[in-house]
Amino acid sequence: MLLSADEWQALRLSLEVALWSLLWNLPVATAMAWVLVRRRFPGRTLVDALVHLPLVLPPVLTGYLLLILFGARGPIGGWLQRSFGVHLIFTTAGTVLAVAVMTFPLMVRAIRLTLEGIDTGLEEAARTLGAGPLDRFFSITLPLMLPGILAGAVTAFAAGLGEFGAVITFVSNIPGVTRTLPLALYTALQVPNGDATAARLAITSFTLGLAALVLSEWLSRTLRNQLGRGTAHA
Amino acid sequence: MLDVQVRKQRGAFSAQVAFRSATPGVTALFGRSGCGKTTTIHMIAGLLRPDRGHIRIGETVLFDAAQGIDVPAEQRGIGYVFQDARLFPHLTVRDNLRYGARRARGRAAHLKFDDVVELLGLAALLARRPAGLSGGERQRVAIGRALLAQPRLLLLDEPLAAIDVARRGELLPYLEDLRDRLSLPMVFVSHQFEEVLRLAGEVVVLQEGVVAGHGDVIAMSQSAALRAIVGAESLGAVVEGLIEQVDESSGLAQIRVGAGKLLLESAQLRRGQRVRVQLLARDLILATAAPVGLSVRNTLAGTITRLEADGERAWLVFIDTGGVTLMVRVTADAHSALALAVGQPAWVLVKTVSLRGRVFSR
Repeated sequence: MLLSADEWQALRLSLEVALWSLLWNLPVATAMAWVLVRRRFPGRTLVDALVHLPLVLPPVLTGYLLLILFGARGPIGGWLQRSFGVHLIFTTAGTVLAVAVMTFPLMVRAIRLTLEGIDTGLEEAARTLGAGPLDRFFSITLPLMLPGILAGAVTAFAAGLGEFGAVITFVSNIPGVTRTLPLALYTALQVPNGDATAARLAITSFTLGLAALVLSEWLSRTLRNQLGRGTAHA
Repeated sequence: MLDVQVRKQRGAFSAQVAFRSATPGVTALFGRSGCGKTTTIHMIAGLLRPDRGHIRIGETVLFDAAQGIDVPAEQRGIGYVFQDARLFPHLTVRDNLRYGARRARGRAAHLKFDDVVELLGLAALLARRPAGLSGGERQRVAIGRALLAQPRLLLLDEPLAAIDVARRGELLPYLEDLRDRLSLPMVFVSHQFEEVLRLAGEVVVLQEGVVAGHGDVIAMSQSAALRAIVGAESLGAVVEGLIEQVDESSGLAQIRVGAGKLLLESAQLRRGQRVRVQLLARDLILATAAPVGLSVRNTLAGTITRLEADGERAWLVFIDTGGVTLMVRVTADAHSALALAVGQPAWVLVKTVSLRGRVFSR
């Protein structure tokens, strides 16, 4: 299947945006999952709800909230612009932010699930063997979280390729800058002769999504088998 | 000297444990489940913070509530072998073993990797992952891992509990070897008196969060505190002695017990070896006159020093045989028929075959 130059551009941009938001999210989502599972603090439920909010809000609303917060005159956006000269509105960086926020809960959920399955007794054992808190996290907890992190990453990446509402609301639909696959697909559907383009973009999206889900499932199964699932210390 | 004096309130359960035990040496914390054994060693390890009290090893203060000292677990240098082994599933046996060794914080490496592997028979397992190991193998790896962290004290929480009853015998010799070959202080938790007999020098009996008795195993074997916990079936005085001679032709070995001697089956025993023998109260026979013409090889003469009712239908008779006290359980019927009384001479008959499995090397 051959794509036109514009279609390639949309695909490339989608991959680039999804990858960058994934790279930002990986450490943050891992830390967030750890905090939510292992720490008890006042307001934990609220933080948990905030993290998951993008899953339930209309994406347009998330985009709108981003606009308010990160817009040129928004509290965070204005500061970023004054202090670092970073523009988020109508830029690829803004697209990355929108996709990152939308896929964040997916990653946190997947990582959290594996973390909840890790016996804290292993960390206790590591303590008695002389490992301090950071050492324990990097030598025991993180490696055991890896199946969840990878599965979450692949799912978030695939979902990131297809994020529409928050992106179009926050950074608009600019070819080559913010027009990712779903935005290109939407645009194609708006023009009289866009059917062929729409079909090609649809098939591309479909294939990428399916491949990602299969990969994610395979990854987590392989990794779990390697750890000798469940029999670790029955 | 390990000096523990701690208090901990956890919900409705309160533990108030105080004991001092010799180091090096093996101390058993013995009691029923839920009596505070695991809570106590968690506090020694630093995994649980006592509300009050102190924990010291020799001159080193690990915890002292009054002075505000609480050395974190990772800096205490105390090895802990958990009941469920807790091997790291993502690491091979070799890397599990090295985990603590790499973090030994400059403590001198008294225990070498190869020696520990040899001592615990781990050579064939090194490349494997924990998931494929049997319960006994896991425990051996867990012990090796704890040892290689070069601990100053080793804690073992029911190391045999997670292993099939049939295979426990495989791990015990390793633990005995550990005790005999390393002069490493150990505290282990158990609810099986036989394990205590095989391994420990001292025993601390815990009941509902408090120390009900503490002393060397031989003295404690007859204490009321212990009797309250071990069942009637496993109650019995413990004697210790050197094998004085081994007679190959009769297959019997001899140890001295107080003024008398005791013949044991000699399989695996050698002259000069120190052994501990438990004489189960239910297996002993009491005579009030010197017996003649019996097949029983062991007759120990002594004097009745104490009589205690043991339930409604039985009595425990304590007999001093030249400095060593034995316990015999007799029925209430026998008690009255023989008109047993303190100060009366008595003979204790021990069938050599009844001692099978009750002889432990020291």
